[in-house]
Amino acid sequence: MIPATDPVVLSAHDRASRNLQLTGDGQLRHFITLDGLDLVMLTDILDTADSFIEVGERTIKKVPLLRGRTVVNLFFESSTRTRSTFELAAKRLSADVLNLDISTSATSKGETLSDTLLNLEAMASDMFVVRHSQSGAPHFIAESVTPGVAIINAGDGRHAHPTQAMLDMLTIRQNKGSFEGLRVAIVGDILHSRVARSQIRALQTLGVAEVRLIAPGTLLPADAESLGCTIEYDMRRGMADLDVVIMLRLQKERMEGALLPSEREFYRLYGLDTEKLALAKPDCIVMHPGPINRGVEIESAVADGPQSVILNQVTNGIAIRMAVMSMAMSGQVADRAARVRAQEADQ
Amino acid sequence: MTDIPEVPVLLDRLEQRLKDFLEEKGIDRPLLVGIRTGGVWLAEALHARLGLIEPWGELDISFYRDDFSRIGLNPRVTPSHLPFETEDRDLVLVDDVIMSGRTIRAAMNELFDYGRPSSISLVALIDLGERELPIQPDVAACPLKLPPHQRVKLTGPQPLAVEIREVRA
Repeated sequence: MIPATDPVVLSAHDRASRNLQLTGDGQLRHFITLDGLDLVMLTDILDTADSFIEVGERTIKKVPLLRGRTVVNLFFESSTRTRSTFELAAKRLSADVLNLDISTSATSKGETLSDTLLNLEAMASDMFVVRHSQSGAPHFIAESVTPGVAIINAGDGRHAHPTQAMLDMLTIRQNKGSFEGLRVAIVGDILHSRVARSQIRALQTLGVAEVRLIAPGTLLPADAESLGCTIEYDMRRGMADLDVVIMLRLQKERMEGALLPSEREFYRLYGLDTEKLALAKPDCIVMHPGPINRGVEIESAVADGPQSVILNQVTNGIAIRMAVMSMAMSGQVADRAARVRAQEADQ
Repeated sequence: MTDIPEVPVLLDRLEQRLKDFLEEKGIDRPLLVGIRTGGVWLAEALHARLGLIEPWGELDISFYRDDFSRIGLNPRVTPSHLPFETEDRDLVLVDDVIMSGRTIRAAMNELFDYGRPSSISLVALIDLGERELPIQPDVAACPLKLPPHQRVKLTGPQPLAVEIREVRA
């Protein structure tokens, strides 16, 4: 049913997702991967998010766009930040929100994913925000769901985390004005990171000058070179000329897998401290998708320092999720209108 | 061909009627809020003519439209910008054309999310009638009756002009 985490299967999946997530006239109707979304679409998402940032600064931080719609947060894998910002985003769009922590509910009683979905559809849901530990799960759900229901990927396996990547792009654009000429590094556990995969795609589509991956060989994907990025094993050398440095969380569970010698060793080589940051451009911004491990991949003085935009990323996450949810719902509205027209033409 | 005066003539009229209206109401510190796009150009012009000190505001009502379920989200939405506190102030909404009244309803809903103004008045350059809601302009420069195959639009910002276009049925 849900495909395994196989790069070959995934790329076929991405090709299928392209059509799946766009309407006939190119509007967003699901948001599963950044693959197949062009510069115009990504820019539209960022521009729409800008308008939602203004909404977030008002006394009443709510607009009526999704009033009367039901958004279900379907989290098969636990999450605090992503789930709560999706929830807040849906509420600020005036939707009704249902939070289902599936890891502790129906599936543990033996219900299949398909049955869970059928039950939720019977509650007249309009949108599923899906996080799943298996790559391709949101795509599978989008394929099988009733027409009219939008699927938003909140992170699937090692595949993609497109809203995280887009909130990072919004943060970069706010701080740098545009993407032109920027040198951006992603540092740390690239191999296991769905965030990195989506970030690379977004940065390339938006046209930065260079995407640099800085990591030990054991934490780089086998196809790293084919991603069109610069590879750098030595972080000190890799910091040169950087405009943006994105740190990834070191998943502690990886330590046990013999991929790394020790936390201390990793921090010495690939942790972002004041000394390494000084090697980048003086106005280089520091980003991190969170949750941060202080003293493992980033020094406290850097995380809390003047070049850090880590908390801006969280604020921007709400605006990006509002943008994507309203655009996908809008695409579903367009889709439904097209289906009605087709039906009328048939009669 | 429908005959309407040139925009400077309409603006003179609008300015005078707005001044009379504000005086009659006893409003001496109005805050102008233009509805994008035409309404913002008019708000800017009226702001200069009235010699107001405080800035004017700009409203993009895309998030408040009542037809999301039919036509979806405006893909060209831009942030609203109200560079002042609206609480207990007298707001003057400015739009280029009023017809159904639905835009004004959306604009009022949005304004209330910024706070509770003391009052909201409505200024429109052209009044097409055909109202679908109980909303009327306090000040309008020109009533206009158009046949169903015509639409009117303010073009600008330099120069401002009223354009009547034919649409296919």
